[in-house]
Amino acid sequence: MLEQVVYALPFLLDGFWITLIVSALTVSISLVVGVVLGCALIYGPQSLKLAIRLFSDTIRGIPILVLIFFVYYGFPAIGLDLDAFNAAVTALTLFKVAQVIEYVRGAVQSIPAGQTEAARAIGLTFTGRLRYVIFPQATRRFLPPWINGVADAVKGSALVSLLGVVDLMHAINQVIGRTYEAMPLYILGAVIYFAVNYSLSLLSRYYERRFSYIQA
Amino acid sequence: MGYDLNFTLIWRNFDKLAEGLLLSLQLAVLSIGIGIVIGLVLAVIFVSGGRFTRAVIAAYVEFIRNVPLLLLIYLVFYGVPQVVDLRYDASTSFVVTLSIYSGAYLVEVFRAGLDAVPKGQIDAGLAIGLTPWQRLVHVRLPAMMRITLPALSNTFISLFKDTSLASVIAVPELTWGAQWINFNTFRIVEVYLVVTVIYLVTGYGLLYLLRALERRFRVSRNDA
Repeated sequence: MLEQVVYALPFLLDGFWITLIVSALTVSISLVVGVVLGCALIYGPQSLKLAIRLFSDTIRGIPILVLIFFVYYGFPAIGLDLDAFNAAVTALTLFKVAQVIEYVRGAVQSIPAGQTEAARAIGLTFTGRLRYVIFPQATRRFLPPWINGVADAVKGSALVSLLGVVDLMHAINQVIGRTYEAMPLYILGAVIYFAVNYSLSLLSRYYERRFSYIQA
Repeated sequence: MGYDLNFTLIWRNFDKLAEGLLLSLQLAVLSIGIGIVIGLVLAVIFVSGGRFTRAVIAAYVEFIRNVPLLLLIYLVFYGVPQVVDLRYDASTSFVVTLSIYSGAYLVEVFRAGLDAVPKGQIDAGLAIGLTPWQRLVHVRLPAMMRITLPALSNTFISLFKDTSLASVIAVPELTWGAQWINFNTFRIVEVYLVVTVIYLVTGYGLLYLLRALERRFRVSRNDA
């Protein structure tokens, strides 16, 4: 058992690095795009709202796996030829953007309307209201579910292995392909994923408690 | 660009998708059924158990929730038969995995639901002389069921989408059907468009039905 672990570890570390890169790309791009689209969903013109709603509900209504295959196998047919890594990251990011949009919407709408009215009454402009009144409060509501979403992204990144990207999941399967000892490797892999995601969920709970004094 | 959509080959192989959808639904229903049993039993044990049993149940929940479902599917299908002398086919293996997976999420749902049952109702049960078992079966569980119904619907829809992962161990469900058509006809864009629509219509259709069911059983605000 120990021997197998020692043999496997270098391969798994290489894979783990890719898992981290995929997760980091997905999380950071989706944060930027998701926050912009989320604000557009709340404050934008009606047609834009409708388009974003349609995008978000469609993406969240299909399995991520279908989205990944669609991007990887389907996009080249319409002239967008992405390699496995880029296709996987694109699909995961699209999915994450839809989630971030909903976190933003939930967080901003949880701020009582009285806050906006008060800000308007003291003469703050639209950007001023967002910057000094809405966002500082909404961020605290946004953070706990978003960090949970980061853990989801790490778990979801295992799907890139199905396109042949050598992430942690794929590295595990490759080692098993050589040693035929499946169980120790899967357990080792589970422990690595658990360590990362459990830390994230502890962080999320910490922020939830930290900000729980804020009343709706 | 200049890609011409041609759905003929999709319709000719549509049985792959129709049978796949049926299997996906069966997998989801079976898994949530077993998952509900696991979740209920463990939630009841959790709220009434000692520190050690609580720790064991919490460990199960946290482990399952923090590991990719894909890894659990591989672990049960390829890993377990190497250590234990058991033979099972891919569908059985997947249902076992998804049941254990949904069980972990449902323990949390039911535990929160049990906590949300107003204390007055349990006291009322005590006052009319119900035994602890009767209070559980006739007071706490029915009240909890109504409270948790929305969360149960959401879990079911999400499990329905998760059944797509069964395709990685060659269970012929909807996503597997899509891949089959993808590799055999190369009408790739068409097949994924059709499958997207099937998932969306089924998912939102189920959601609509389940929301109607929830309204039927909704707790009125007065007796909460």
